[in-house]
Amino acid sequence: MRLLANKIFLSLSVLSAMIGLAFLAWILITLFIKGLGSFHFNLFLNDLIDGGLRNLIIGQFILAGLAAVIGIPLGMAAGIYIQEYGRGKYASLIRDLSDIMMSAPSIVIGAFVYAVIVVPTGGTSGFAGAIALAIMMIPVVINTTDNMLSLVPRELREAGIALGASKYRVILDIVIKAAKVGIMTGILLAFARIIGETAPLLFTSETSNYFSLDLTESFPSLTVSIYDLANEPEESSRDLAWAASFILTVLVLIINLTGRFITRNKD
Amino acid sequence: MEKIFQKISISSATLVFIILVGIFLTLFIAAKPAIDEFGFNFIVNPDWNKEVTIDNATAQMATENLSDKIIDEDDMILDEDEVMFDEDEDDALTKTIYGGLVPIVGTLLTTLIALVFALPIAMGIAVFLAEIAPKNISHIVGIAIELLAAIPSIIFGMWGLYYFAPIVADLVGGYQVSLLTAGLVLGVMILPFMAAITRDSMNTTPGVLKESAYALGATKFEVIKDIIFPYSRTGIIGSIILALGRALGETMAVAFLIGSIFVLPSAINDPTISIPVAMANNFGEASGLGESSLFYLALILFVISFAVISIAKFYFLKKAH
Repeated sequence: MRLLANKIFLSLSVLSAMIGLAFLAWILITLFIKGLGSFHFNLFLNDLIDGGLRNLIIGQFILAGLAAVIGIPLGMAAGIYIQEYGRGKYASLIRDLSDIMMSAPSIVIGAFVYAVIVVPTGGTSGFAGAIALAIMMIPVVINTTDNMLSLVPRELREAGIALGASKYRVILDIVIKAAKVGIMTGILLAFARIIGETAPLLFTSETSNYFSLDLTESFPSLTVSIYDLANEPEESSRDLAWAASFILTVLVLIINLTGRFITRNKD
Repeated sequence: MEKIFQKISISSATLVFIILVGIFLTLFIAAKPAIDEFGFNFIVNPDWNKEVTIDNATAQMATENLSDKIIDEDDMILDEDEVMFDEDEDDALTKTIYGGLVPIVGTLLTTLIALVFALPIAMGIAVFLAEIAPKNISHIVGIAIELLAAIPSIIFGMWGLYYFAPIVADLVGGYQVSLLTAGLVLGVMILPFMAAITRDSMNTTPGVLKESAYALGATKFEVIKDIIFPYSRTGIIGSIILALGRALGETMAVAFLIGSIFVLPSAINDPTISIPVAMANNFGEASGLGESSLFYLALILFVISFAVISIAKFYFLKKAH
């Protein structure tokens, strides 16, 4: 009886794992079949207005890249504060708030940026979209920096101080260097997350059918356009949405796996 | 230089505080007109964007107010959303009212369905990863599950609408876009997240405890049920609540599937709407009270998820460590 219960339970557990993997396989196979079916290299050469995706892919990279340029230094600096400078209540308050911000609904962040940037500046813009993504990225970078710096042995810091280095030199030249790989991984995972975001961009950057580098106007976004295209009645628009989804997922998974690969190599 | 560096790092940390307080204040200010107009009744009122005729007394007051305003500012400042003359009856006034009950119920129910669906499977996966699978298989399956978590939510939405929902609708009947299909796809989405953090909680169980139980002749099932679950219970509950917080705020996966209509569902396979989807689909067109009501919804969502996440992180997960 006990052994039977054991067997049933273990089988159920293995079954769950198989269900999880089946969903992953189902989604990836769907993406491959539908995406590759409508995939064409011309998609990289034409803009959306001519039935391609070039402007959208470049636009999405610019939005996420700019968000990273804003979010990484701020997040790292805040993480350094929590781990290296902060003492007591304030540092742990910031850590807790950052944890909460990490899980805040992305559409709410979009609404916030809409109210504080889009409305005052008179319209949607690439800047607004990048800032919304940066707000999503900052807490993730803080979390990574905080965790990775906490793994650096105390002795390293003390050795630096003993050599007469000032505290910020110790942090920049010793502590950060020691934690570099872990922080890089965290940043790549954070980047993979924001480049696939749609909700915070819906009413901040919106999207555009044309190629644009002007960050003060509505900015081409791959994810927002996927949402628009997928809701169009024409079959051709939906095929384009599948091709775009395929490209997006491949990008996200490559960035994600690169991040994991870096840490693995270090171990 | 040392001073500058320290200043930069403390300012960046403070920025987190400013953003979070800023989000709350901004949502509150933007929602203020709707809060003043509808008060807490907003939460229980199922009518969204409904024109109602104002009764005579209020109509008279409104007309007086209007004429005051017209005299004050010399031009018509009628906001179409708020007050407009009914074309059929010259002397009756209508105004548009907004209530949040439908999206609030939609959000809670989709989250509940997602949780009921994902919970047993996620627990099974976590047990498999932490206790059953050999190390290398656990590692590979673990990565696969985490990749599932990395797939953008919009992909879950498209896949759900075109491939998953038709099957569910065939099995259960009813619409392809419904509470049920939205909740299930949401469940698939939170599944890997829930499994990964539950596994991490289970892994905190000391090996000595497990080994002593095995030494007493316990089966794997008994070790998991009587040692690991009790030991990591608070951590597991924390993980579940955290996944719940994520499900509450999910927009894109639900947007494809919930049907986006402001009608209370009478069955599990009826279409309805959730707070994030109401925002995603109506923000662009809304103005005046309509927009403010959307901000009111955003504020409600923010407060609920803030509370849920705080409970998970600061009660259960802290206690677990």
